Amino acid sequence: MFSPGGSPRTNCQLLYKHIQELTSNDLRKRKTAAERSMIRLGITFNVYGEQEGTERIIPFDILPRIIQGEQWTWMSKGLKQRIIALNMFIDDIYNDQKILKDGIIPEHVVKSADSFRPQCVGLKPPNGIWCHITGTDLVRDADGEFYVLEDNLRCPSGVSYVLQNRQLMKQTFPGLFEAQFVRPVDDYCSQLLDALNSLAPDTVENPVVAVLSPGIYNSAYFEHSFLAQQMGVDLVEGRDLVVRDQRVYARTTKGLKTVDVIYRRIDDDFIDPHVFRKDSMLGVPGIMDAFRAGNVALANAPGTGIADDKVIYAYVPDMIKYYLGEDAILPNVPTYVCWDEAQRDHVIKNIADMVVKPANESGGYGMLIGPRATKEEHQKFVSLIKANPRNYIAQPTLSLSRAPVIIDDHLEGRHVDLRPFIIYGRDIYVLPGGLTRVALRKGSLVVNSSQGGGSKDTWVV
Amino acid sequence: MLSRVADSIYWTSRYIERAEAVARFIAVNLNISMDLSTAGNQQWKPLVTTTGDDEAFTEIYGAATKRNVIEFLTFDRSNPNSILSCLINARENARSIRERISAEMWEHINRFYLMVKDVGDAEGILDDLPDFYEAVRNSGQQFVGVTDATMTHGEGWHFCQLGRFLERADKMSRILDVKYYILLPSPQHVGSAFDDLQWGALLRSASAYEMYRQRFGRIVPQNVVDFIMLDKEFPRAVLHCLTRANESLHAITGSDIEGFTNLPEQRLGQLRAEFAFTSATDIISRGLHEFIDDFQQRMNLVGESIGTTFFSLQTA
Repeated sequence: MFSPGGSPRTNCQLLYKHIQELTSNDLRKRKTAAERSMIRLGITFNVYGEQEGTERIIPFDILPRIIQGEQWTWMSKGLKQRIIALNMFIDDIYNDQKILKDGIIPEHVVKSADSFRPQCVGLKPPNGIWCHITGTDLVRDADGEFYVLEDNLRCPSGVSYVLQNRQLMKQTFPGLFEAQFVRPVDDYCSQLLDALNSLAPDTVENPVVAVLSPGIYNSAYFEHSFLAQQMGVDLVEGRDLVVRDQRVYARTTKGLKTVDVIYRRIDDDFIDPHVFRKDSMLGVPGIMDAFRAGNVALANAPGTGIADDKVIYAYVPDMIKYYLGEDAILPNVPTYVCWDEAQRDHVIKNIADMVVKPANESGGYGMLIGPRATKEEHQKFVSLIKANPRNYIAQPTLSLSRAPVIIDDHLEGRHVDLRPFIIYGRDIYVLPGGLTRVALRKGSLVVNSSQGGGSKDTWVV
Repeated sequence: MLSRVADSIYWTSRYIERAEAVARFIAVNLNISMDLSTAGNQQWKPLVTTTGDDEAFTEIYGAATKRNVIEFLTFDRSNPNSILSCLINARENARSIRERISAEMWEHINRFYLMVKDVGDAEGILDDLPDFYEAVRNSGQQFVGVTDATMTHGEGWHFCQLGRFLERADKMSRILDVKYYILLPSPQHVGSAFDDLQWGALLRSASAYEMYRQRFGRIVPQNVVDFIMLDKEFPRAVLHCLTRANESLHAITGSDIEGFTNLPEQRLGQLRAEFAFTSATDIISRGLHEFIDDFQQRMNLVGESIGTTFFSLQTA
């Protein structure tokens, strides 16, 4: 919000003035009203491993984060470029594997990834698109530059909060929206529905679309339900579906009904016990068979996780070059892959200055933040890396940008990141805005909601 | 409509109606005990008996004091039929079908649940009991209004109606049954002012007092039975509830209201017809309590067959 000199950035002046006029009591009252409204509306997420009171709201900060239009245009160009290359990569990996044959990415790195699905080899989703919905995490460094922190290509969460946060903001600061030129985000669900409809086989005139959720106890259940509701389609669980003769049907009060397109929010491992984990009760036995036969479309297709393994991430700029012949518009955070001996040595030597991440965890679990950790923790990670080098990457600690946040009755700076959402159907749509996540604990770099992070509305002006 | 969704809509509506009914039960007794200060007014055990949870209650609480019974029926999570448990269940069901019900319905249930939970978490509720139970009854009725005004009157809505009217029929019969268990001080009191007060309190708790007066005037036990069980037009009367439930059942399947195409239609249709062609005199001569007992068992069979016909995921 503020430029390095401490004065508000050009596009933030109106907001700044508006906030200046509010008393600290006012600010607190509006914040409380917004959060109460979230509880009343049940905008919650579930916390794993706790009994009662497992539903919580994501703490919501009512000061929006503002991104300038020109910067956004550049970012969305970069995101489109990235998602095209990533899809080409996934399609290539499960088919010809040219990129491996040409030695751009070492074969063993791909084959050893937890998220590589041999069951998907030879699959040909319509138009070669595997990943229809992406949430890409971006961070801004002290130099003002945006970097891609990671790509979430499986079941990225958070878009429902973007849409709900905007609603809450309209209630909280009604006057401000009329004066600002904030790009609307309300279009998302229509874009999503269009994209999903476009995946149905050409023979189907009015496709039946459904959102597949693991159920009410999943941490992102609110989002599954919200998206189904906003699109006006069925929210189904595995037990609602059955496969007969390579077709997927829903069990209804009047018998079986064909389902053509499924936006699945169940992980690969659990989606079909015939093909993946045998013990899964969440999935639909035989659904992969129907998918392979082209009778049902799955968004995202199983197997997309191969491209968000954190080691593979390190090669995305190479992919963009290889498939598109272009330089990456959005840079990666510099990344060391520990399977490489020279890079590993460097990481171990400089462990106190590194952020070390396991290749396959999400939610900010299992990380080491070198500068904040004790000597013992450094040693522990050194041995973890040595025991399983393929599983670790390391990045230098960035000086993450901060945004002002209301703490009690005044403003303090907190670290933030940004997750824009991209839909790849017939065209590519980038939601103007995204989820700004806030590390609410002072000094913390961890923004994940499962670890007490909050969120903000993001305005592209 | 997905079977699971139909199931959840039906139960959401049943649980809300049940929470409201439990509040009514307690109100019967509160009413009576406020009207009468002499012996015979402190009978709380019958409330537990009529909900059928005698055993569980005695195990946890022992003595049937006012406080114990109220705690058990209102906030006890271990009692699946307490008001709080009903709301937890209604909310869980509603949460699993948020995309199918209106936003207003969900919001109302969520608030209703939070209201009861907050009161339960706070101390000293015994001072404001009548207000609290009134708030529960109001919230239950508001849910009906919100549903009627915001949900498309299609299949889902009919499942909602079906659940509500079956639950209401069952609970209205139980409210009448409370009178059977609340003993008069002595047989001489039958037909006394004391007896009258009890019947009046019962009508009030059923939200039927004024409508009863308009229909029959004086309070006569046989007429109360007639009104609560057999009135065609009073929306809380058992016969009315059975008729409405039967209509919704046929709207769901699209079958002719005069016939039946499945087990629930057959069972509910028979039950409704018997009610339509009986009289309060018949009921009383068979024995009111015995009649209600038999009615409730048959209602259970109707409920079971609805489950296997529409919700069971194995069929289909």
